Amino acid sequence: MRRFYDTDLATPLMLGTAQYPSPAILDRAFRESGASVATVSLRREGAGGAGQSFWSMIRELGVRVLPNTAGCHTVKEAVTTAHMAREVFDTPWIKLELIGHTDSLQPDVFQLVEAARILTEDGFQVFPYTTEDLIVGERLLSAGCEVLMPWGAPIGSGRGLANEYALRAMRAEFPDTPLVVDAGIGLPSHAARAMELGFDAVLLNTAVARAGDPVAMARAMALAVQAGQLAHQADPIEPRDMAEASTPVIGKAFLT
Amino acid sequence: MKIVLNGETKEVAATNLADLLSEEGISGRVATAVNESFVPSSLRAGHTLTEGDRVEILAPMQGG
Repeated sequence: MRRFYDTDLATPLMLGTAQYPSPAILDRAFRESGASVATVSLRREGAGGAGQSFWSMIRELGVRVLPNTAGCHTVKEAVTTAHMAREVFDTPWIKLELIGHTDSLQPDVFQLVEAARILTEDGFQVFPYTTEDLIVGERLLSAGCEVLMPWGAPIGSGRGLANEYALRAMRAEFPDTPLVVDAGIGLPSHAARAMELGFDAVLLNTAVARAGDPVAMARAMALAVQAGQLAHQADPIEPRDMAEASTPVIGKAFLT
Repeated sequence: MKIVLNGETKEVAATNLADLLSEEGISGRVATAVNESFVPSSLRAGHTLTEGDRVEILAPMQGG
């Protein structure tokens, strides 16, 4: 199994912590999902100290924390946010998001590469939220990234793997790099598909948090990534156009 | 002295960043930035505030 920097993940599911109906449901959904990584963010602290109680809850989950730079539009903003996150969460891991387009939340890959280089030189272990572009992937690896996280579809869209061909090409191009499908997952079948393609993990949030029953959906996602991973390891058959009888023909009775 | 704290203009008595956190009753895990530059916790006490500084105090929050 490929390692995420120096870490082996117990399960190939990374789960976001936003948008749940309540903290209690977030907690139950997390435990049900078996996720090994929780994504978190930094926002302005209010008078009530809401951030501190959230942090206590996440710590009790006992999972790795992956802070993000969500909402950042410039290299400077993302780099500063990463430094603040490293101090607060006490981890070199950073999910580097540099948003380039308001409606699709498509990453600005040019700034992404630049920020990844700066952060890697500062000792961060960068998890870049990127597109499925192979050249961008190469540049991110050259910049020091040891993980790539291409989008499946726009964040929160639930459309699944919009460009499966490109994700398959990415898997083939970077056989030794841990790859994570990040964003766009809506259903367990999408998550399973990503794992069947040989991806190392799936990162999702909205699909669970906004489901009618987030706890049940968390369980469904846990089963899906496990099924997909097993299927990939089991070396699936290739699809074919014509039927091929599975029941032996030899020995069939002559009854016509 | 007037500063801009988390986007809101505010009159404060504190003259350095560490005292500002005390004055605001903020403790625990937070990170600070002044005028869009990160200020590590170890440097807060030595970071003098000046009129009009833009201070950001950030805490852990839900994220995707």
